[in-house]
Amino acid sequence: MKHTLVATMADGPAVLNRVVSLFRQRGFAIDSLTIGKTHEQHVMRLTMVVDGSKTAVEQVIKQLYKVIEVRKVSDLTEDQTVERELALVKVTSKSTTLRTEILQMVDVYRGRVVDISTNSLTVEVTGPTDKIDSMISMLRPYGIKEMVRTGLVAMARGVMAGQEKGREALRLREVS
Amino acid sequence: MRLNGSQILSKALHEEGVEVIFGIPGGTIMPLYDEMHKHPMRHLLVRHEQAAAHMADGYARVKRDVGVCMGTSGPGATNLVTGILNAHMDSSPIVAITVNVPSAMIGTDAFQEADISGITIPVTKQNYFVRHTRDLARIVKEAFYIARHGRPGPVHIDIPKDVLLNEADFVYPTAVDLPGFQPTFEGSLVQIRKAARLIERARRPVIIAGQGVLISQASAELLAFAEKTDIPVVNTLLGLSSFPQSHRLYNGWPGMHGYVYSSYSVDQADLVIGIGNRFDDRFCGKFSAFAPKAKIVHIDIDPAEIGKNVRVDVPIVGDVKRVLNKLTPEIGECESHDEWFEQIAEWKREFPLKQYPDDTPHLFTPQVINAITKATDGKAYIVADVGQHQMFAAQYYPFEEPGQFQTSGGLGTMGYSLPAAIGVQVARPDKEVWAIAGDGCFQMNLQELAVLIQDRVPVKIAVVNNGYLGMVRQWQQLFWEGNYQHVDLATGTPDFVKLAEAYAIPGWRVTKPSELNAAIAAARAHPGPALVEFCVYREENVFPMVPSGAALSEVIPDTPYVPAAIATPIPAAAPAAPAAPAPVHA
Repeated sequence: MKHTLVATMADGPAVLNRVVSLFRQRGFAIDSLTIGKTHEQHVMRLTMVVDGSKTAVEQVIKQLYKVIEVRKVSDLTEDQTVERELALVKVTSKSTTLRTEILQMVDVYRGRVVDISTNSLTVEVTGPTDKIDSMISMLRPYGIKEMVRTGLVAMARGVMAGQEKGREALRLREVS
Repeated sequence: MRLNGSQILSKALHEEGVEVIFGIPGGTIMPLYDEMHKHPMRHLLVRHEQAAAHMADGYARVKRDVGVCMGTSGPGATNLVTGILNAHMDSSPIVAITVNVPSAMIGTDAFQEADISGITIPVTKQNYFVRHTRDLARIVKEAFYIARHGRPGPVHIDIPKDVLLNEADFVYPTAVDLPGFQPTFEGSLVQIRKAARLIERARRPVIIAGQGVLISQASAELLAFAEKTDIPVVNTLLGLSSFPQSHRLYNGWPGMHGYVYSSYSVDQADLVIGIGNRFDDRFCGKFSAFAPKAKIVHIDIDPAEIGKNVRVDVPIVGDVKRVLNKLTPEIGECESHDEWFEQIAEWKREFPLKQYPDDTPHLFTPQVINAITKATDGKAYIVADVGQHQMFAAQYYPFEEPGQFQTSGGLGTMGYSLPAAIGVQVARPDKEVWAIAGDGCFQMNLQELAVLIQDRVPVKIAVVNNGYLGMVRQWQQLFWEGNYQHVDLATGTPDFVKLAEAYAIPGWRVTKPSELNAAIAAARAHPGPALVEFCVYREENVFPMVPSGAALSEVIPDTPYVPAAIATPIPAAAPAAPAAPAPVHA
């Protein structure tokens, strides 16, 4: 089962290296991993999608806590969350007809065309992973020349994740 | 106070109470050595950095405080890695300091440059690359704090040379600010009460005492807990010496080469109480078949150890000593364990540890261990290397005092015993320390014999020589149809007695049981370091044995000591022994 984990950690040149090294060393399967700044200075936020059993994911969380810089790890899988991913897709579109077709389709997914040339156009789309997957599968027949995805970022709805997940995080540290 | 990096580092080490450093200088670390000699710190000059890390490790384990080792950039730093990983696997608090090429040259493949902080990420609890002199004091403070607190472990600090030369204001911090590092010391009372109820109801309980008991210095608490609940105690390999072996509740050590009755007792238990252990594969055998009838209580300070290898019913995260102090008073009337003790006693009678007559035609390692036991009255600190002799030492030496047995458990690092024994001896100059090494292991770090003489460390060395990589040979014999591949060391093995002599260390050679006592007595009588080479029967195997991947219930018991008609000769490298053991070098 896929789990969405969110970790906050002190920034520093070696922190991401340490986290990635941990995954490699222990053979954890990571679907996506994104890292970026937060509203707090020197605090980074990592969102990762991990595929594995409950025990395996629990072990991932516990191992993450062993990284000294990691402050809090939350499993958002069973929570109400806002999840977003951004994709840029460059699609072949040699004729005006095709171009119109693609534009209509992209509109359904609330995507935007961000670049256009004589034989291709580039679409930007954000949303939950499955929505992006779906749009990509629709675009594929036209011929995808290039594509990039950011990986998932996630946040619990309502109260700030940190506050809401505080107890949960502590409980996980104690091990369920 | 404005100081340069070397001065700051030296002062910081002093603030942390560092008395001993194991290391070797080189190009980039010279500013530090230049400064350090102005401080009253003992420095032992090793001959290889790996040994410096093992020495710091052995020192840390017995001193129960941080051991410090250091090396120069590049090869000096990479040589430390095996020793750092060894400390990591066995939760030993060491701080390893390396000095890298100057900042301006970092990343240019400069002479003797290595990305050592990149290399040590997976083998340390935490590591640092110091960018500015002003960060140095804080980093040293954090490094020692992290190494000591929670589950101990190695911390590595890499410092570019210019950072040692530049100046900064020096104020040593009194506290650390590490919001992400908050170990749980107190166990949850809810879980402790759950455990207490299970303990009261158990009919066939077993306590597993791991190294956490030693780290937490909780031997007295363990004893009180075991006595109150009347539960037999088994040790893990690294937990040996945490419980007095003469005690009626001591129940041996199970696992790959542990005692049969101990393995059976864990296998048949209805309650397993793991205390400061990590349910390692060498201990558990097949995880899925581990203690199939038992509920499992696991007490450990590292939450990641709980449920990692075996399912756990009651997890208690906390410091062993504090948890035991809370748990013991919570326990009321326990079920009687009389039947259980009878059952264990029956297994013990049925599967005794192999005994050797005094007049065997060849020498056997257990006889060596028994003779050392007799000579030292069981009071020596034993540092075993890795392999057959290690298992025999663990099986036959009766440990009573916490810390009396040290060995490389998690990593199984050959070459560990001599340098680690030096660390142990430095930490405990009042104790008699024996390094027990196989001929293969000994050859992996024998250059440290020089340290024994140069730094006056009176370690006694027992080289158990069978002319083989013995444990590998045993596996090849048992699991690879006797196809011995590259395990024969007999040709090329030096004359260990002469080798010791070359280092101005007296040596004796023993080839038959009748010579044991005199040689050991002579080595002990010598005031400084001494070496005894024991030429043992070559094809001796270690039993009991739980084959790799098998369950504890599948333990293969002891075989009779060895058939009388054994043909294989003793290693040829050893010339005929003198009639009466005499020091080769006085």
